[in-house]
Amino acid sequence: MSAPAPSMYSEAATALATDLGLSKGRANLEVFAAAVQDLAEADRDVLAVTSDSRGSGKLGPFGQALPRQIVEVGIAEQNLVGVAAGLASTGKIVFAVSPACFLATRALEQVKNDVAYSDNPVTLVGISAGVSYGALGSTHHSLHDFAALRAINNVEVCAPADNFEAEQAVRYAAAADRPVYLRFGKAPLYDLPSDAPVQPARARVLREGGDGAFLASGETVIHALLAAEHLAREHGVQCRVASLPSIKPLDTDEVATAAVTGAVVTVEEHMVTGGLGEACAASLLQAGLAPRLRIAGIPDEYTVTGSQADIFRHYGLSMEGLADTMRSILGH
Amino acid sequence: MTQLNDHELALKSWQYRRDILRAIKHAGAGHTGGSLSCTDILNVLYNRTLNVSPDTFGSPTRDRYVQSKGHSVEALFVVLADQGFFPASDLDTLCGYQSHFVGHPTRKVPGIEQNTGALGHGLPICTGMAIGAKLDEADWHVFTLLGDGELAEGSNWEAAMAAAHYRLDNLTAIIDCNSLQITGRTRDVMSSEPLANKFDAFGWAVREVDGHDLAALEDALARPLAAGKPSAIIARTIKGKGVSFMEDVGRWHHGVPNDEEFAAAIEEIDAAMARLEAAA
Repeated sequence: MSAPAPSMYSEAATALATDLGLSKGRANLEVFAAAVQDLAEADRDVLAVTSDSRGSGKLGPFGQALPRQIVEVGIAEQNLVGVAAGLASTGKIVFAVSPACFLATRALEQVKNDVAYSDNPVTLVGISAGVSYGALGSTHHSLHDFAALRAINNVEVCAPADNFEAEQAVRYAAAADRPVYLRFGKAPLYDLPSDAPVQPARARVLREGGDGAFLASGETVIHALLAAEHLAREHGVQCRVASLPSIKPLDTDEVATAAVTGAVVTVEEHMVTGGLGEACAASLLQAGLAPRLRIAGIPDEYTVTGSQADIFRHYGLSMEGLADTMRSILGH
Repeated sequence: MTQLNDHELALKSWQYRRDILRAIKHAGAGHTGGSLSCTDILNVLYNRTLNVSPDTFGSPTRDRYVQSKGHSVEALFVVLADQGFFPASDLDTLCGYQSHFVGHPTRKVPGIEQNTGALGHGLPICTGMAIGAKLDEADWHVFTLLGDGELAEGSNWEAAMAAAHYRLDNLTAIIDCNSLQITGRTRDVMSSEPLANKFDAFGWAVREVDGHDLAALEDALARPLAAGKPSAIIARTIKGKGVSFMEDVGRWHHGVPNDEEFAAAIEEIDAAMARLEAAA
């Protein structure tokens, strides 16, 4: 027996989350699978297309309950996206499900041409995203999907931060008339303290504060929120925290509001190249705003081996690391 | 549209060839050789096989045609214009500034089902369409046109596997097998042969036809070759077909005729049409 994987959260972070009354939900992947099954039970035109990935996509129950509505293409990501586009062109509501690392890069030309350019409103579902596959190494890390898909015209890019955002994003994407990329990880997630709806180009503000701001997406948001609470309690620093589930289109109003604090830390489970941070930086400069800025993410290097928790800690994406980054630009 | 008789159908191929050359000459760009090799195939598809017209294009039960070898779009544009999807004069904008008539199929042009051009995309998309039709228990049919050089793209074989797995007898892939690609002979660049054996091994029903024999094409395309299997029609064609100095010559892959070559080509085509008329 190997030792249990270390928690994503230090004892201090866990205690803080408990003190804030946050409760641990499920993995977003499980929420996705339940939501898409719910949609499919109500509408026989809702389909999941999988590339030998129904297990990792938690779609086993879907396949058993609705075998007609799951299309298996085998280990063939290019065909996955092409078939999904063809199905969507016949009026089906299609979720194309594949590990994010393969979907966003191996099938990128199919996403660009068959889905985006041809206006086939497929929902592209990148599962086990970021460093969810931690120890499996760089082939299985998806640290380029924001960058790659942000560069594709006509695709919305969405990274839900908790179960509420995940559920809302699935339903939004199913109804959208354009392609949406949804990114889901494997870890159980704390429920965030906001009931603001998930909408394109809209952030969800989780905490107010005028000394600095965290702009975070996906599964890093909870760590940013805990970092802000930690900074308030230990250092008297009040930071605004916003979840940006919609990475494209970006909530430029929220980015500008964050800049008013004078100190912005962006946070993402993605390479610092081409992701949320660079999108925010471009938005800031184009608005004539120049707060102190740090882009917290994975640097341009081969990722260290370890669990998702190890990798978050290594690159400063945990509560403590993010608090330190904010303090460094505040000069505390 | 009234059904063409066999004589009129044969004349159509020559009319299309003339219009293709005119469009390419006018634009100063285009894929001449591949458009002429698939002209007869498109003629039979649109005038005999496909249940699609400008009036029925919005119908969910129309047949679907996706041109995977998108670089032969000039042939498709000419045929769609002839079918009444848009005025033939629109082709005067081919490859022009802000024209929808770009060098590959786009859905901004009436009658185009899917945007193609990057190779190896048509068969996966059509596999999805055919699965969609099966799920709806609908009886419309899906056709796609592939190049033999295009078959080097691995995505085709992913789709070929899936189409047989799902027993898609509502899907027909036509291979415009002209044996030439931009670099040279397909057999020298990357052998795709033996094509019939390959599709057969993947679980498809296969028929080889002379891709310039209109009656043979019509017969092969009229119905699935076998119940429970997708159909592969390997159409043996000649790149640049119909213009003697272009036939089977690699440089006409995307060569544009100069004024003398254009005049000579049109003269040949007009002579062929006159012979056909005289024989009728």
